[in-house]
Amino acid sequence: MRDHPLAQLTLARMREFYREPEAIFWVFGFPIVLAFALGIAFRNRGPGELRVAVLRQAGDSALAAALAHAPGLAVAVLDSGTARLELRTGRVALLVVPGEHVVYRYDSTRTEGRLARLQVDDAVQRARGRADPVRVEDERVTEPGARYIDFLIPGLLGMNLMGSGLWGVGFSVVQARTKRLLKRYMATPMRRSHYLLSFVLSRLVFLFVEVAALVGFAWWIFDVGVRGSFGALTFITVLGALAFNGLGMLVASRARTIEAVSGLMNLVMLPMWILSGTFFSYARFPEAMQPFVRALPLTALNDALRAVMIDGSPVAQLGRPLAIVTAWGVASFVVALQIFRWR
Amino acid sequence: MSAIRCTGLVKRYGDVLAVAGLDLAVTAGECFGLLGPNGAGKTTTIEILEGLTPPDAGDVEVLGLHWTGGAETRALRERLGIQLQDTQLADKLTVEETVRLFASFYRSSHTVDEVLALVALEEKRRAWVGKLSGGQKQRLAVACALVSRPELLFLDEPTTGLDPQSRRQLWDVIGRFRAAGGTILLTTHYMEEAERLCDRVAIMDHGKIIALDAPGALIASLGAEHVVEFALADGAAPGVDELAALPGVRAVRPAPDRTALTVAEVHRAVPALLALLERRGAVLSLLATHHATLEDVFVTLTGRQLRDA
Repeated sequence: MRDHPLAQLTLARMREFYREPEAIFWVFGFPIVLAFALGIAFRNRGPGELRVAVLRQAGDSALAAALAHAPGLAVAVLDSGTARLELRTGRVALLVVPGEHVVYRYDSTRTEGRLARLQVDDAVQRARGRADPVRVEDERVTEPGARYIDFLIPGLLGMNLMGSGLWGVGFSVVQARTKRLLKRYMATPMRRSHYLLSFVLSRLVFLFVEVAALVGFAWWIFDVGVRGSFGALTFITVLGALAFNGLGMLVASRARTIEAVSGLMNLVMLPMWILSGTFFSYARFPEAMQPFVRALPLTALNDALRAVMIDGSPVAQLGRPLAIVTAWGVASFVVALQIFRWR
Repeated sequence: MSAIRCTGLVKRYGDVLAVAGLDLAVTAGECFGLLGPNGAGKTTTIEILEGLTPPDAGDVEVLGLHWTGGAETRALRERLGIQLQDTQLADKLTVEETVRLFASFYRSSHTVDEVLALVALEEKRRAWVGKLSGGQKQRLAVACALVSRPELLFLDEPTTGLDPQSRRQLWDVIGRFRAAGGTILLTTHYMEEAERLCDRVAIMDHGKIIALDAPGALIASLGAEHVVEFALADGAAPGVDELAALPGVRAVRPAPDRTALTVAEVHRAVPALLALLERRGAVLSLLATHHATLEDVFVTLTGRQLRDA
């Protein structure tokens, strides 16, 4: 039976990719390393224990004992010299001076100072016999989706779809052009559409591995879930991958050297790395820039991914960002086909 | 019947006239060689005939069809085998994968086994292309051209840069295709290759054909079968007129390092040359004779050597 040319071209694409260890790392390994490093660095810590000190003088031991029982406080009894130094450098949040009037010495502009003031006073008053008129109960919740890592993972996913979409097409096409392989293909009856489609197909195969690796890792290590449906997530990632394939095709359509295409790639990607809200919200940019920022394909893709992963929005509510992504993809493909240098 | 016919081909790159009005007819079943120095316009000509480069002027007919684009072009591509001068096939694919890929482009093609047997690469079947030697890569390139069972094979400098053994292996491949009834158009700047493989040779220079005939006939047109070369260790060389007057000498080509005589009868010319040099007290540092080649034809036509022209 005769092999189908599209199948053979797609297989060739895939083989060239997975036989290149560096490519594997940059597409699959790098985003996971990045997610891990940033997830660790910006993990949400509770306020932790507050260190407070009691000045060493008459009455210190009774106060220290009272404070030691209070939850969330760590107490030390210090000489006045040491106490002053530690208070000034922020190693203790508050200094308690025992006496008939208990004195709290602290910096009221620091959050820790004010927090310590409340907790220490509470402990001191209770130790002296204050009774609470109202019974209260604590109910602690941590809202999933509000952490930095929840914000970061969809952004990394979007950035990775952009990077592998652009590089996957751009590099291979230009390499085939510089090696005169493109011209050699033109000397056969191969259909041009088959050649271009093979990039899309091979990309879709790896896309699933790529998305599953990052989403799975984030779920396993950081407990980042997907609130929306996996169907919606799949639809959006496929759309994003195709759009960036188109952009890659456009970037690679004329370039004759790897150097030229690398420069173009960075020119296209650099603004989006910064502006499109991958690592921090694009709301931080001035109002005047917002229309431009929102029109970028990566911004729209990141918005759609966050809406699905964090807010659980259905695809139907994402018309605007998905329309932007689609428009970029279609326009890029059309222009690329017009100006593509087939030799 | 003509496999290729072209008339009035012109191709210009900026100020450079790469092909300057070229007419050519290649008969079905023959091996036709375009011989010429680098820059003579061989590659431009062959790529125009292959339908890869559009000419500025002129008509091209290949296997009775034209490069009109669309269905006719596709139909024509199905029947051709093409090897380009500087294609680098993908390094990370194996020999077998590469051949299968090319085979998939054609409606009818050889199997991988058949085509690897044709170019004697069976034992490299699972090797990555990047690991092949230069000669093996070139045979693979020819395999990709042969995979379509072509009627007409285009080879652009198929053996340039290869060692003598690899070159001979490729000649065998080309010879077998020719013996099976295929038509070949090849370019080369090796006269030995053209003499050995080609039924007819067109010598190209500056985008034009300056001579066209069977290799033997081109050599015979020199009117002399041998070339005698000599150089002197000491003493003044005799003048051109003096040498030309020697018996059996048809032409004299002085060069800085040696002098070449085109000679009809070596057995008369050499003793006469030696006697002349003896009389003048000159001492030889080199004396060699060889059968006249296409190189000598080129030098006679252009006054330049083929390889450094």
